[in-house]
Amino acid sequence: MSDSTIPTSAGQAASGSALLLLLKARTFIALILVLLFFSVFAPNFLSAANLVIMSKHVALNAFLAIGMTFVIVSGGIDLSVGSIVGLCGMVAGWLVLHGINPGFGWSIQFNTFEICLIVVTVGVAIGALNGFLITKLNVAPFIATLGTLYIARGAAMLSSDGRTFPNLGGNPEYGSDTFRWIGTGNILGIPVSIWMLVIVGVAAAYIARRTPLGRYIYAVGGNEKAAGLSGVRVTRIKFFVYMFSGFCAALVGIIIASQLVAAHPATGDTFELNAIAAAVLGGTSMSGGRGRIGGTIIGAFVIGVLSDGLVMMGVSAFWQTVIKGIVIIAAVVIDQAQQRVEARAALQAQAVLGK
Amino acid sequence: MRQPEKIHPIGLSIRGGSKVYPGTVALKDVDFDLHMGAVNVLVGENGAGKSTMMKVIAGVEQLTSGKLILDGQEVQFRSTEDAARHGIGIVFQELNLFPNMTVAENIFISREKTRLGIDIDMAAQRDMTRALMKRLEHDIDPDILVGDLKVGQQQIVEIAKSLAQDARILILDEPTSALSAAEVEILFRVIDDLRGSGVGIVYISHRLEELIRVGDYITVLRDGVITGAQSMEGVDIPWIVRHMIGQASKDFAKEIHHEYGPEIFRAEQITAPNRHGGFDVQDVSFSLRAGEILGIYGLMGAGRSELLECIIGDRRDYRGDLFVNGQRLTSRTVAGRIAKGIALIPEDRKSDGLIQILSIRENMTLSSLKTLTRGVHLSLKREAETVRDFIHRMTVKVASPEYEVSSLSGGNQQKVVISKALMTQPKILLMDEPSRGIDIGAKAEVFRVMRKLAAEGLGIIFVTSDLEEVMSLSDRIIVMSNGRISGEFTHGTATETALVEASAKGHVPDAPADPEPKDATG
Repeated sequence: MSDSTIPTSAGQAASGSALLLLLKARTFIALILVLLFFSVFAPNFLSAANLVIMSKHVALNAFLAIGMTFVIVSGGIDLSVGSIVGLCGMVAGWLVLHGINPGFGWSIQFNTFEICLIVVTVGVAIGALNGFLITKLNVAPFIATLGTLYIARGAAMLSSDGRTFPNLGGNPEYGSDTFRWIGTGNILGIPVSIWMLVIVGVAAAYIARRTPLGRYIYAVGGNEKAAGLSGVRVTRIKFFVYMFSGFCAALVGIIIASQLVAAHPATGDTFELNAIAAAVLGGTSMSGGRGRIGGTIIGAFVIGVLSDGLVMMGVSAFWQTVIKGIVIIAAVVIDQAQQRVEARAALQAQAVLGK
Repeated sequence: MRQPEKIHPIGLSIRGGSKVYPGTVALKDVDFDLHMGAVNVLVGENGAGKSTMMKVIAGVEQLTSGKLILDGQEVQFRSTEDAARHGIGIVFQELNLFPNMTVAENIFISREKTRLGIDIDMAAQRDMTRALMKRLEHDIDPDILVGDLKVGQQQIVEIAKSLAQDARILILDEPTSALSAAEVEILFRVIDDLRGSGVGIVYISHRLEELIRVGDYITVLRDGVITGAQSMEGVDIPWIVRHMIGQASKDFAKEIHHEYGPEIFRAEQITAPNRHGGFDVQDVSFSLRAGEILGIYGLMGAGRSELLECIIGDRRDYRGDLFVNGQRLTSRTVAGRIAKGIALIPEDRKSDGLIQILSIRENMTLSSLKTLTRGVHLSLKREAETVRDFIHRMTVKVASPEYEVSSLSGGNQQKVVISKALMTQPKILLMDEPSRGIDIGAKAEVFRVMRKLAAEGLGIIFVTSDLEEVMSLSDRIIVMSNGRISGEFTHGTATETALVEASAKGHVPDAPADPEPKDATG
């Protein structure tokens, strides 16, 4: 799933193609460098336990970043994901604690699977709301999702008056005692959340590369007008990307609530920024049409490993923030260089053909 | 009006000019003289180096080697501002205007008339704009937004912008490619006027008749080398073509004789409103038979492109019915129309036809991914095979189908757009100005393809503002004017005069862009 697998074409100068390969694989190289650096300077960095903990941290951001990649590739932006995480966590907490009370003196209780289904529906519904605002009411994506950011966050606060839902252990009678397993369980020694990330990541990469839907997402981001005139149903594609982003955010909400065995309405604050950072670090172009799921996941790992590693080395949190910012800016600068080199290589090859 | 006996002084010349880009040589040791008080036309196929040479003169690019001599002095222009200070103005093919600003603001952009260097003197700018417009014989309000002007008027604003900088040398890069016949006439009058006042004009165009009409001196470029330069006397189209492509024939599509099939498409009373309360398209009805090429001729703004937009389903605000094979079309989406066998090749390749940052392969198959998909799985292997097949059939010159489509020349890009349309296996092909902005070789190829497709039983509707094109390619011609059909001709009855007359019916040349009040409803 690295983004260095594009076949390079014959006819390029050897040095140019080597440089291009280096540039294309830059996120992957950065990840290796970061890993090497910390395995030397941070004690216990390479221990299995630490790697598992780190992966669990990274997974949360990676989910959001995958959804964000589709949105950005389609030419939009989704600022609401952090709030959706918070709201979905609260919905999960509410359902585990109270079920649904229709007001007749009794309540409907759900098992873990049903709870997850409902929470995911909430996330997808907010995504659909974003899609509706953007496609039907012509609100700019930045503004539309900024609005839903506030709405979802406010709704999360309202659900508990700003308090935490504690002790989400579940109830064996209702079959919701397995809720904790999502965040803490293991399959074959690997945490459930990592398995979920693998499934979602592979599915997203498959959609991007091997389905018409994926191609249409890139087309819409590249040139919406031309895509529409080519028969792409632009509205549907946009609905899909925002709903998928909402779906990813809902998963994160469930995982966090399960890991902490509690749901706090402020959970997920500024997560959207980390997700955007991971996507950009992975080579996604903010102007749309360009980006890969594999790159994004590596980008999420670079950010995650960097911050965990710095913590282990005892670097202050303030410095961490500065370093993260520098890394992101450097990534974009290198991305520009790559695009220039790529365009030059294509033009040269075309010039050899004599127009 | 042309006075070949009068000596026109040479205002600017290039001696031994070469320009090398990484991988290509755009100009090879060229010697070029620009005569003042005359129209110096410049012609050559796409990529021959015309634009590069003009960019050198206008300060956009610098020569790799060679000299640029202005009034006997060797000069170097580091930027367009630098060149503008020396009295050189350029109007690019793609206009560099700000649609969100007024005419006056555009003309004085970055050189605003100010009081004390801070406060913009709007009144002075307005007055100067009015004076310029008067000189250019145009009644364009200085306070109107440029975005509300017609393309022809925008071109005039660009020219005014150059004149406002006291341009002594004015470069016009394909100024007529977006203009109607009436607007071209006005532009030519302006050019005449400028020539009379001693301005040296460089005129680049693909329209050869125009060059012969307007030019005093001609320079032909091929592959970065000047292959012919002389005064316009004795120059005719075969001469230009010979120097451009190195052979004497202008290979327009030869007719392939074939029988027409049954009617495959019919439009009944298509009416589409415009933003100003009038109509873009009004009461248009026609039919098309299989194997027939129907040319739609008309001026800019006659409603031709808008009609095609209705047919492909890009516009949904129209009334009237469309029939394919006698069946009424119910779907109002582009995808639905494509499924019924209609495909569009849009006028503006760059903004409507292609997705510049996607690869050639991805652009080609965008409309027909469904046929390459089983379930949800897209077969990349079959896609690559189909693309290879079409690249071969359409003779697209590509180094690799994986490169971005923007790396191709205009003609090859157009072939990619045509391939995309053909991959949907259409029955009716809509082509909006299919030869716009491509060189003469690619043009002939596109026309050949159109003929071949028609012979294979496709119905083709093509829109053009080029008389010669519509006359030589169409089996039948419809002329549109002001949104209505103003004339219909068969191959036998069409004459150039009749077409031009029909296209001018009810048309007020150079009317203000926005005659109706904006709040009008309709």
